[in-house]
Amino acid sequence: VQYLLLICGDESAAAHAEEGCGGWTQEMTERGLLRSTGGLRPPAQARTVRVRRRQLLLSDGPFAETKEQIAGLCILECADLDEAVQAAARHPAASYGTIEVRPMLP
Amino acid sequence: VTGDAVGPAVASAVAAAFREEWGKVVATLIRTTGDWDLAEECAQDAFALALQRWPRDGIPGRPGAWLTTAARNRAIDVLRRRAVGAAKLREVAAMSAYEPSEPVLDHDESGVPDDRLRLMFTCCHPALSLEARVALTLRTLAGLTTAEIARAFLSSEPTMAKRLVRAKQKIQHAGIPYRVPPAHLLPDRTPGVLGVLYLLFNEGYSATTGADLVRQNLCAEAIRLARVLAALMPDEAEAAGLLALMLLHDARRSARLDAAGDLVTLEDQDRSSWDQASIGEGVSVLAGALRRGRAGPYQIQAAIAACHATALAAADTDWAQIAGLYEQLARFLPTPVVALNHAVAVGMAFGPAAALPLVAALEESGQLDGYHLLPATRADMLRRLGRLSEASLAYREALELAGTDAERRFLTRRLAETSI
Repeated sequence: VQYLLLICGDESAAAHAEEGCGGWTQEMTERGLLRSTGGLRPPAQARTVRVRRRQLLLSDGPFAETKEQIAGLCILECADLDEAVQAAARHPAASYGTIEVRPMLP
Repeated sequence: VTGDAVGPAVASAVAAAFREEWGKVVATLIRTTGDWDLAEECAQDAFALALQRWPRDGIPGRPGAWLTTAARNRAIDVLRRRAVGAAKLREVAAMSAYEPSEPVLDHDESGVPDDRLRLMFTCCHPALSLEARVALTLRTLAGLTTAEIARAFLSSEPTMAKRLVRAKQKIQHAGIPYRVPPAHLLPDRTPGVLGVLYLLFNEGYSATTGADLVRQNLCAEAIRLARVLAALMPDEAEAAGLLALMLLHDARRSARLDAAGDLVTLEDQDRSSWDQASIGEGVSVLAGALRRGRAGPYQIQAAIAACHATALAAADTDWAQIAGLYEQLARFLPTPVVALNHAVAVGMAFGPAAALPLVAALEESGQLDGYHLLPATRADMLRRLGRLSEASLAYREALELAGTDAERRFLTRRLAETSI
């Protein structure tokens, strides 16, 4: 099963942005679990796209104003949810932000 | 046996097999097919087939093996008809290679883990909601129908059906594993399984005599599952502790309520109506658990229950030991209710004067605000100290908070005694 790890945090988490992943990426790559990974620029730099009644509506910033922002994402291929949860728990961001583990459609 | 009538011997053999084997058959079929719904369907079909065949062919020597084979054959049929999952079909069919006509399936003796243990851990996976865990456990392990589970939890059948469907979907979609967790996860996971079984038991235990029979039967189902768990996890002292706790509580079940359905306090219960066989088993299961030297909250609670259950009269209760046990329990479960029970035991063992400061500390903490038993306990201690006017104030305070008529009747009686 593939799992999307959504790495979230409030604004204070941004302070950790430059810290890297403390070897997590390397570990997951060596274990053959990591499919893809990426960090995100802050939501202030986002554009939100909607098409309604064939009209393109663009707005600045994230889709919804929330305290928790998505800072990065990884895709892992794991045997089961337990493995994905344990992998997420080892990610340094889990100690200051939150990581949502979402099973992906096949 | 002639015609379609199923003789009472066969009917009771099928009923007994259902209780004993349902969970095993379903658990094995889930492992081999990976399809929860198919597993349940085929298990049901196997029992229906037993009702047809056993009157004609006789009750098989190993009903469980017979039923598993019948269910597996049914699964092969269904999968073949669906013409999907060729690999799955091979996997299921491969089972028959190990199992000739009358298969030897008793994994308990061969050391191969019983599939029911996987099923228990999967049903009680922390990614599922507590409601879902309870419903899945009752459906797949205990074999209750959706309608019965709905009745037991005072919910509607469609709601319960939806809950079960969603839970099974989550297991499949989120990749919740069908296995006994590896050793390093067991300390985290085992309490979850024990918690679900204890919740089942308590739901049944709190059901009054007038309540639905299905609800009352939850105690028996919980004990049955706890027995299975304790047998399958012989090294897990807390599993045995939970079984002992259930047996010791269940032994007092019929004495807890009077003819009017009011709760009878432990002190006033008719001890001759306690089930001595159940108490004896509970005490010996507990002794076996305690010998392993790894105490835990279920064993300690069972030890407290054993102190009560083995006292010949209320006056013989070893309150000093109970007070010590509550102190130990508080280390595992530092809850205000445990602290209150500790205070009560101290009061019984060493006198109300020793216990009043403990009650006062609880009141100051504010953790039990609104809980009628807190002022009721203080009232009782003050009454025994002869401080009647303070006691009567505290009884009034408790009366205002009491939730049921039975509690109010009890407190009103006490209040009358302090007002003389």
